[in-house]
Amino acid sequence: MLDTQLIGRLRAIVGDGHFRDDREALVAHSYDGTPMLQSLPDGVIYPGSTEQVSEIMKALAEYRVPVVSRGSGSNLCGGTVPAHGGVVMVMHRMNRILEVDQENLTATVQTGIVTAAFTAHIESLGLFYPPDPSSMKISTIGGNIAECSGGLRGLKYGTTKDYVIGLEAVLASGEIIRTGGKLMKDVAGYDLTKLLVGSEGTLAIITEATLKLIPPPASKKTMLAMFRDLYGAARTVSRIIEARIIPATLEFMDNPTIRVVDDFAKLGLPRDMEAILLIEQDGDPETVERDIERIREICGLELADRIEVAETREQAEKLLTARRSAFTALARLRPTTILEDATVPRSKIADMVLRINEIAHKYNVSIATFGHAGDGNLHPTATTDARDSEEIHRVEQAFEDIFAAAIELGGTITGEHGVGLVKAPFLEWKIGKAGMEVMRGIKLAFDPHNLLNPGKIFANETRKRVVIDRG
Amino acid sequence: MANANTAELPQKQPAAASGNPLARTLQAKLDYDQLTNCMRCGFCLPACPTFRETGIEPESPRGRIALMKAVADGLMEPDQAFNDQMNHCLGCRACEPACPADVKYGQLIEQARDAIEDHADRGIPVTGMRKLFFKGIFPHRSRLRLLGGTLAAYRKSGLRRIVRGSGLMRLFPKHLREMESILPDATAKGVVETLGTVYPAKGEPIARVALFRGCLMDVMFAGTNVNTVKLLSEAGFEVVIPDNQACCGALHAHAGEMAAARELARVNLQAFADAGIEYIVSNAGGCGAMLAEYDHLLHEDQPLRGDAERFAARVIDVSKLLVDRGRLPAFAEPGNKGQEQVTITYQDSCHLRNVMKSPDAPRQLMKRVANVGFAEMKEADRCCGSAGIYNVTQPEMAGQILESKMEHAVATGARYLLTSNPGCLLQMKLGAAKHGGDSPMEVQHVVDFLYERAVRTEKHS
Ligand SMILES: Cc1cc2nc3c(=O)[nH]c(=O)nc-3n(C[C@H](O)[C@H](O)[C@H](O)COP(=O)(O)OP(=O)(O)OC[C@H]3O[C@@H](n4cnc5c(N)ncnc54)[C@H](O)[C@@H]3O)c2cc1C
Ligand code: SF4
Ligand code: SF4
Repeated sequence: MLDTQLIGRLRAIVGDGHFRDDREALVAHSYDGTPMLQSLPDGVIYPGSTEQVSEIMKALAEYRVPVVSRGSGSNLCGGTVPAHGGVVMVMHRMNRILEVDQENLTATVQTGIVTAAFTAHIESLGLFYPPDPSSMKISTIGGNIAECSGGLRGLKYGTTKDYVIGLEAVLASGEIIRTGGKLMKDVAGYDLTKLLVGSEGTLAIITEATLKLIPPPASKKTMLAMFRDLYGAARTVSRIIEARIIPATLEFMDNPTIRVVDDFAKLGLPRDMEAILLIEQDGDPETVERDIERIREICGLELADRIEVAETREQAEKLLTARRSAFTALARLRPTTILEDATVPRSKIADMVLRINEIAHKYNVSIATFGHAGDGNLHPTATTDARDSEEIHRVEQAFEDIFAAAIELGGTITGEHGVGLVKAPFLEWKIGKAGMEVMRGIKLAFDPHNLLNPGKIFANETRKRVVIDRG
Repeated sequence: MANANTAELPQKQPAAASGNPLARTLQAKLDYDQLTNCMRCGFCLPACPTFRETGIEPESPRGRIALMKAVADGLMEPDQAFNDQMNHCLGCRACEPACPADVKYGQLIEQARDAIEDHADRGIPVTGMRKLFFKGIFPHRSRLRLLGGTLAAYRKSGLRRIVRGSGLMRLFPKHLREMESILPDATAKGVVETLGTVYPAKGEPIARVALFRGCLMDVMFAGTNVNTVKLLSEAGFEVVIPDNQACCGALHAHAGEMAAARELARVNLQAFADAGIEYIVSNAGGCGAMLAEYDHLLHEDQPLRGDAERFAARVIDVSKLLVDRGRLPAFAEPGNKGQEQVTITYQDSCHLRNVMKSPDAPRQLMKRVANVGFAEMKEADRCCGSAGIYNVTQPEMAGQILESKMEHAVATGARYLLTSNPGCLLQMKLGAAKHGGDSPMEVQHVVDFLYERAVRTEKHS
């Protein structure tokens, strides 16, 4: 429960309708896209400006009430579940594009804007903002920045961090800071911009972002290659890169995924294939032609069973269907879908997929793997049922083993979804004790009273996977 | 990670009996499997008109499902705010095609409203009116026809007294006042009275089909029903119109009157049972969608289950049937050769699009009309705010939605705005009158527009 005086103050800051503490509002902000997590906040607030955010933070700091910043609540790590209650701050009202600077090729936006709305505007101006998480139709730029989201274009174009060049943010104390700017170079002190990218709402509330834009590629070509041998597919990925070709997209689906997708979309995929690679190249037309031809040769050398190159946009769309249906097909299989993002060096993809399959077998759970082969970012996806606690326990054990395997192969526990609540207990596995201490120090410097998204990134205990509640 | 704010949630099944009677009914009626299927990914949010208008989570499909689940889990007691939240939903079901997990949202919202209706404390006038409306008028054709007669009289002679006297005005006060101006001339003569119960195909018959005439359609838009039959005949279909058919039950189901909806479905199974027909044709997206889901509606009715499945499988929208199987006549805008092109645009019927999954057929037909240019309206796939009786029960939200809808419609520069459902037709007429400026566009049913422009070699009676 919030102090009534604090409630009065919050209402005064944002106006009556933009603070709510009725049961409906609390329940509807108790979850995010993460399965089986739910915890009620004490209030929900919708600020309309940076100044309001600042005033809210001052009030909350005074009363030592935690705050969970929230975009669309699509994250998969429990990042916006208010595990310690407090106030959920929804950024949706702050959704304006403040400026598109065509001379410097930058855009400045408020962070509550939905990613797809932003990119649609940018593309209408003939410009390009490459980060394209699969959730971009709902996710906000603020959420993308706070999770450092990636997408299909990550291999060639990088992820959100590569496009954020300046930020405005409100600290736990209510003070407003500005970092970076419309600058392609800036070494004035520590790089606070990059530090805030991927900070998961634990260091500051990000209110404005200046993003780098680039000219769009002139053309694009799409192809699909199917392999009976997993290692053949994996070697293809490495050899493409060795040949100094960086495809715009290099996606992967394993055999369990192929089967599920074929059942769902009736594409007539060969069900005995161990892997499918979806490859796209973009750029000026001659280079694209040359690269695709070269990739086709490499696929042939690695004994791809079938290679299809799209000649028209419609054909390309058809080839893309298989990969695009992967998540939907898996999500319909069982009531609960757990999508993880263990990531390994790309040379280790085949090893990792085999390890995942062994682990799934060991715990007798269904896990299908697809993902971004080009950057080693895999999505082992478990299909299960939240109501079956015994099975859920086995799924959790399997994921523990998968995280361990990823680290063993030189990888990480999360490539793009973030640590949040879900992976907090495993963070130390990746960065070690000393790493944890440095991060704790940073957190303390920004947020001495632990008010910003408490419970995220830092777990009370390492290793034991904690699930607070099943919702 | 224990702390005071973390609510204790049950692990598995719906919560044990709650003291709140509505909570108990909701727990009994809500399909817990569907609630569990929602993985809270949020992909449905941008598709939802009420979320887009308000930007707040409880007004989104994900939010409403979470509220239902919270009640089922015993985390929350349903109160007036909960009921309001459920009633704000348009029932347009745009959230379903957007959902990767195939959550049957339409079923969940019907179950929730059904439970709410069981406990509704409406005071006598409204209860009486609902009873008259849902149990007294709609299920009974003769009475509806009588009402049709009344409406016709009302329009023609301004006998407001009659409508007021019948209590209709009290149920939808503000709304009807606006609606009044755009209500079409209701007729006392429906399609059967005009054409009889069998209408022959022109030329070699392709198939024998049955017309579902609808109740609102046959009273307010009887002319459209007549044109539907004639157009089907032109295209080579023999049309039967079983006279003992009833209302589809959609308005009842959407308002939570499930028992009444099932009763109507049983009447219709019977009515269409021995007509010897290949298709049951609907020209109202809302009715068609309801009919196409009789299998779900009567799922638990063991003896009728098979019949309901067969019935549902035969339901098709008139546009889809014409495009898929018809011998289409040529269509042309008369007297417009080489002159300034006439622009037409289309507003999707949500249920035709999201439930019957036939968004393309009406557009294909419209594009066939010579001397006419089709302009796609921005966000034509978004609900117009009519949604059954939504514009009656939630006039404010409906008004907001309609305003942005008309902006997009006007931007196309269209002279005709066409649609495929009577509710949408009324709503768009209202929109055109309110926001259409000095020379508002004409709003018509696709079938009427086409039939008037069909180039016929020989005229039927
Ligand atoms: C089906 C599905 C597919 C997905 N695909 C991808 C994918 O391809 N790539 C990928 O990287 N991710 C993916 N995600 C994960 C998720 O969509 C991203 O993490 C996204 O960036 C979250 O955006 P959001 O606006 O929903 O943020 P939220 O979920 O609301 O918040 C995420 C985090 O950001 C913080 N935050 C939000 N706004 C602010 C702000 N203004 N200031 C400070 N902190 C803030 C929150 O506190 C929280 O910790 C997917 C999710 C789903 C459900
Ligand atoms: S899209 Fe489907 S699964 Fe996702 S939140 Fe909406 S209803 Fe739930
Ligand atoms: S039916 Fe329409 S209004 Fe209701 S939740 Fe779904 S999209 Fe929103």
